[in-house]
Amino acid sequence: MVFKRMLVSGGKSFLRGGAVSAATVVIMTVTLAIIGSLIFLSALLTFTLNTIKDKVDVSVYFVTSASESDILAVKSQLEKLPQVANVTYTSSDEALTAFRARHATDQLTLQALDELGGNPLDASLEVRAKDTSEYESIVSFLEASPALSSGGTSIVDRINYSQNKEVIDRLSLAIQATREVGFAVVILFAIASVLIAFATIRLAIYVAKDEIAVMRLVGASNMYIQGPFIVTGTITGVLAALVVLLLLWPASWYVGTKTISWFGGFSVATYYADHFLLVFGIILVSGIVLGAAASILAIRRYLQV
Amino acid sequence: MIYFDKVTKRYGDIAALEDITLSIAPKEFVSIVGHSGAGKTTLLKLLLAEERPSDGNVFFESIDVNDLPSSALHHYRRKIGMVFQDFRLIPNKTAYENIAFAMEAGGRTDEEIASDVPYILELVNLADKAKHFPDQLSGGEKQRIAIGRAIINQPELIIADEPTGNLDPINTYEIVEILKKINELGTTIVITTHNKGIVDAIGKRVITIDRGRLVRDDAEGRYVL
Repeated sequence: MVFKRMLVSGGKSFLRGGAVSAATVVIMTVTLAIIGSLIFLSALLTFTLNTIKDKVDVSVYFVTSASESDILAVKSQLEKLPQVANVTYTSSDEALTAFRARHATDQLTLQALDELGGNPLDASLEVRAKDTSEYESIVSFLEASPALSSGGTSIVDRINYSQNKEVIDRLSLAIQATREVGFAVVILFAIASVLIAFATIRLAIYVAKDEIAVMRLVGASNMYIQGPFIVTGTITGVLAALVVLLLLWPASWYVGTKTISWFGGFSVATYYADHFLLVFGIILVSGIVLGAAASILAIRRYLQV
Repeated sequence: MIYFDKVTKRYGDIAALEDITLSIAPKEFVSIVGHSGAGKTTLLKLLLAEERPSDGNVFFESIDVNDLPSSALHHYRRKIGMVFQDFRLIPNKTAYENIAFAMEAGGRTDEEIASDVPYILELVNLADKAKHFPDQLSGGEKQRIAIGRAIINQPELIIADEPTGNLDPINTYEIVEILKKINELGTTIVITTHNKGIVDAIGKRVITIDRGRLVRDDAEGRYVL
């Protein structure tokens, strides 16, 4: 009965609050939108980092005289290493076919290739590690491995790791830095907007401080006074969350179509559609917690009468 | 019923009340009179436990009001109906809801509320304004709603702090008549005022306070200052 009365009373005062209620919802909407953008930014950065990590591999090129069985022996040894995710073998014929396909429109290169005669391309193994930090140890394993030599001469032509290493390191560093700075900025924005939301709710409750004093004098318990304010705060949070979730559909679609190529295939709209429940949950819970917590904190000081 | 035992209340160095000893019996109608700033409102605040005395004790029945913990205050206050000079209605609740709120706060059932509130609205002659918000009511109407709220839980005591301070003579007369009727039905009433006409019209016990001290206590008094 008490709970039902708090719900009814909180709902009524939200509806009767008019402009004050509307203003609180708007402020809360901005706060939740910022929290929402934090989710998207985090997803985008993770996606970019993973995409780049996926592009990182170590290619081992073998001399043209190396036999396929020797190369496959190296491959199976590599696959036994715990830090290796997978190893792909490309024979010199496959490398040639791929090269021709890649340069199909480039007649000059193809003519040069034809003039060389035979197949100048090496067979290779592309090694992908489970984590980018493991490449170092894989390379040292390869360099020390006796399987790489056949009859005293190395069958390895070159390992391209050190050529890529600098680029990989720099890119990882750049992504890491972007991630940290991006998060710091968004978290700052989130904190600022949370504070503004708190201040707005406090202001709304400040308007009601005389009313709270009267409730105390009429004999209402603290819990009974607080209840409707918490309900009002929660309604504000839920409404703001719904507004944000609704606005995110057209917004993510628009941003998604404009930026999909820019973000290297990451579509904000697809992410939103695929992770709707997650985004819905985070925004709704943030709204409810913000609204209720701000109300509880704001009203406490007026309950001393 | 009410007993002030050598009560002093100081705000900083200034004593708002000094060494007040008085007792009020059940069913009495007591007017507390004095100039503005004499300490009348402070006396009522001590009784409501809105303020704590600097010295002395305030008793309500067997309860030492000073000893009440904050968590028990609301139970205590349900025994008392309050009427204020500025009405203090809840602005975003209708007349009906303002009166019902006191019952809800006291944990009464929906059925009790549905039967008692219309009855009280009839009693204060405002049944047709049940759905009006306070800002749609006149001063006299607001005060009648406030009285309705004060009596709805059938308290043993009604405290009215300058209840007619903001009202014209006709409304003042109506409010006094309502309070007298409530008193005749057995409720103790303590009213503060500096309106000579009211005190003389009531013609009951008058306690006079001047600069924080109790200077007169007459069983069938008049306003003498």
